[in-house]
Amino acid sequence: MSTDALPALPVLKATDFASDQDVRWCPGCGDYSILAQMKKMLPSLGIPPHKIVFVSGIGCSSRFPYYMSTYGVHSIHGRAPAVATGVKVANPELSVWVITGDGDALSIGGNHLLHAIRRNLDMNIVLFNNQIYGLTKGQYSPTSPLGKVTKSTPFGSVDNPLSPLSVAIGAEATFVARSIDVHIKHLGDVLHRAAEHRGTSFVEVYQNCNIFNDKAFEYLTDRDTKADATLEVEHGKPMIFGKNRDKGIRLNGITPEVVELGKGISEDDLLFHDEQLEEPTLAYLLSRMRHPEFPVPIGVLRSVERPIFEERLHAQIADAVKKRGEGDLNELFQAGETWVVK
Amino acid sequence: MSTTTLETPKKTVHLESATVRFCGDSGDGMQLAGTQLTTTSAIVGNDVATFPDFPAEIRAPRGTLAGVSGFQIHFAAKEIFTPGDEVDALVAMNPAALKTNIDALIPGGLLIVNTEAFDKKGLEQAHFASNPLEDGSLDQKYKVIKVDMTKITREAVAALGLSQKEADRCRNFFAMGLVFWLYDRPLDPTLRYIEDKFGKRPDIAEANRKALNAGYNYGETTEAMAVKYIVDSAHLPPGTYRSIVGNTATALGLVAASKLSGHDVFYGTYPITPASDILHELARFKNYRVMTFQAEDEIAAITSSIGASFAGKMGVTGSSGPGIALKGEAMGLAVMLELPLLVINVQRGGPSTGLPTKTEQADLLQAMCGRNGECPMPVVAAQSPVDCFYIVLEAWKIATRYMTPVIILTDGYLANGSEPWKIPDVSELETIEVKHPGPSVNGEPFMPYARDERLARPWALPGTPGLTHRVGGLEKQNITGNVNYEAQNHQQMVDLRAKKVADIAKELPPQTVEGPDRGQLLVLSWGGTYGACRTAARNLIAQGKSVAHAHLRYLNPMPANLGDLLTRYDHVLIPELNKGQLRLLIRGTYLVDAKGFNKVQGKPFTVSELMTEFNKYLN
Repeated sequence: MSTDALPALPVLKATDFASDQDVRWCPGCGDYSILAQMKKMLPSLGIPPHKIVFVSGIGCSSRFPYYMSTYGVHSIHGRAPAVATGVKVANPELSVWVITGDGDALSIGGNHLLHAIRRNLDMNIVLFNNQIYGLTKGQYSPTSPLGKVTKSTPFGSVDNPLSPLSVAIGAEATFVARSIDVHIKHLGDVLHRAAEHRGTSFVEVYQNCNIFNDKAFEYLTDRDTKADATLEVEHGKPMIFGKNRDKGIRLNGITPEVVELGKGISEDDLLFHDEQLEEPTLAYLLSRMRHPEFPVPIGVLRSVERPIFEERLHAQIADAVKKRGEGDLNELFQAGETWVVK
Repeated sequence: MSTTTLETPKKTVHLESATVRFCGDSGDGMQLAGTQLTTTSAIVGNDVATFPDFPAEIRAPRGTLAGVSGFQIHFAAKEIFTPGDEVDALVAMNPAALKTNIDALIPGGLLIVNTEAFDKKGLEQAHFASNPLEDGSLDQKYKVIKVDMTKITREAVAALGLSQKEADRCRNFFAMGLVFWLYDRPLDPTLRYIEDKFGKRPDIAEANRKALNAGYNYGETTEAMAVKYIVDSAHLPPGTYRSIVGNTATALGLVAASKLSGHDVFYGTYPITPASDILHELARFKNYRVMTFQAEDEIAAITSSIGASFAGKMGVTGSSGPGIALKGEAMGLAVMLELPLLVINVQRGGPSTGLPTKTEQADLLQAMCGRNGECPMPVVAAQSPVDCFYIVLEAWKIATRYMTPVIILTDGYLANGSEPWKIPDVSELETIEVKHPGPSVNGEPFMPYARDERLARPWALPGTPGLTHRVGGLEKQNITGNVNYEAQNHQQMVDLRAKKVADIAKELPPQTVEGPDRGQLLVLSWGGTYGACRTAARNLIAQGKSVAHAHLRYLNPMPANLGDLLTRYDHVLIPELNKGQLRLLIRGTYLVDAKGFNKVQGKPFTVSELMTEFNKYLN
């Protein structure tokens, strides 16, 4: 439906993206912050709410669409990337967002996540990673650390966790980023970058579940430790971190190492971030860096342009229509050998 | 060729119908031979019905029993509904094919064998202790035509310098030529096919032409074949016809429904036998704006289709039983979202992986009940290959008119079987009207679960100003669509969803019967057994028996007059290729003491077994 005839929309505000529904996350949940940053960021895109669709699966994070004034589908567990694929292919004009969690995206929906990313539809996937199952009241998730004691692992988890960003890169992601729920400016900037990326953008947001996994990311949010535990990567800049900006990441062979600046090591010896490299090696290497051996990289790890699934699909259709003309039912029915009975 | 030319022309015998089966190794080109005989018979004006039967393995070891592939064609000078119970002529390309198919040949029938394949190895692979061509066991019972097809074909194509392997691949054309002579069929359609298919390889095309002609000439000259049969044209209604298999009809139905409703098809699917051909067909129709999406799995196939429906396209997913099982949760979502969606199940033998290439109709209860919660979905079933086209149009009409996902049941027998299709005049096909609400004016809040007189909610499309709304699998508040857990609301919503589907019956055509409108026996069938049941009933009606036949195309809801109909006969018999699934529904719904006749052998009913069963209720 064309909206051209309608008067120009006024400049939108965060409140224009809020629905009339009461938000029902637990008080103190990190999801509130992500919701706030999303609502604050969306007006900057210049896209009215009726051209945006939020699609989610199941889990605490997946209630997100209900709190937005856009179109939305709260679908079934793990399937949001597939539902969103159908929405985007059906109407490429829409801005499509998938909101998911670590259980939803990486456990029950792992397959859909892989394939949505590899197809590279022009949509955005935001994964709220709290390293726990919240809505089912506290079982360990595919990102919970080894040994994690939860309701379902009273003797500690014996499952190896995976890194969502490594998975995304392995699936040929064209845009990979990470932020943290309480780093509100950084989060807003990353979401904006994700929205502007042409292709599937994958954003992992570390999100605190204050009920079942409180302070899981405290080392990244605590005033005293966060500077030493966080590496904020920026395109073209050397990888420096630390409260006094005196530490950096250097490559030793093909292995990264933490070094102290000074004492014969200068900025030029450090790794410089390049999010646009053809090969995802650097992004992958960053995605493997874990606390406490390394600072946790946040920011845009990778951003490259690749052909977009729905554009190719619709180009094939447009090409067929151009070459063969708009499909005619009579012609379709009469194809092959026919005969006449008189 | 060492045969003697006969002095006198051969005797010709007119038949009302004939049934032929080609069988051989999977690599012997039997499906092609069958398809060519089908097309040719249809073109000369016969009514035709076919039954391809192939193994689940793509290429089982050559010459083995597991690797036998067959194709049966029934062609007639009258209207027919089945591919025939038994065959009048059997072409067996090797011992394994002979062994697995000989029981289908009527006593005194014509058996044409390729003698070259009956060597020591071939006989061993088919577990023959002695050569049945030599021990006299076959000659007593059948008219056996022993032809060294391999040798004659090689000789026929010798001048073309093909490899022996390439030469041997022309054997099926020899077999075709021979059968074409036997039933007085023209060669032109096959010659056109050869030109079309092998035009780029002139040597192969020429070899196939030579083999075809060699087979035809062999029939003309061999003393062994003294009679040629003529099956006159059937008196089919005037019009332009083509031969069509069920899966193609389904695909064309989808494209037609798309054009008639002004909504492009989004077909989300995952490859599965015997449904994949629907995808293969649709993938070619790009200039009809068909979007095909080969998803990563069955669940993505349906959920992407739901997403497409939400965004305003004609969401369709197709699969077979095992895939449908995986789609169960998503079908529930579609019921909750109240969005139009088509779910096509081309049924095959189950449970689990079961019999992928064989037919069965054991997914009816899955279609009716295979979801969690109170989750009603309309269910319709095609009755013939051609009906796959029309059932899709009806399903899409129901889906859009009532805002509901609809299940379409076909089966392997319909999917791969073919019959002539009187091509409809496009201008006479009913337009499917679909409405979408326009942009909201003066800020009126949009109510996504407000309902019309059919209880359908509005299909509001993303992109429309003022209609933004959120849908999801959680229970909806009536009218507003907001999440709601209240007791009375849930009761009301479950009731509303049930009533919406049940009330579809008000707009369905009444159930008809063939035969007397009351009497001793009502045969009630559904799905792909239509042809065999109709033929058996007609045969008995012609004998003056008090039997009638009703065939259900609408399984949920059932036609409004069905309950009354069932009370008008002394007995109700429900033949099904399952353990009695429709019977359970009929007994439970109408308190009728319906009896069952059930078969689960991966094969369709034969007319004769049905007649025997029906007769048990008749005097």
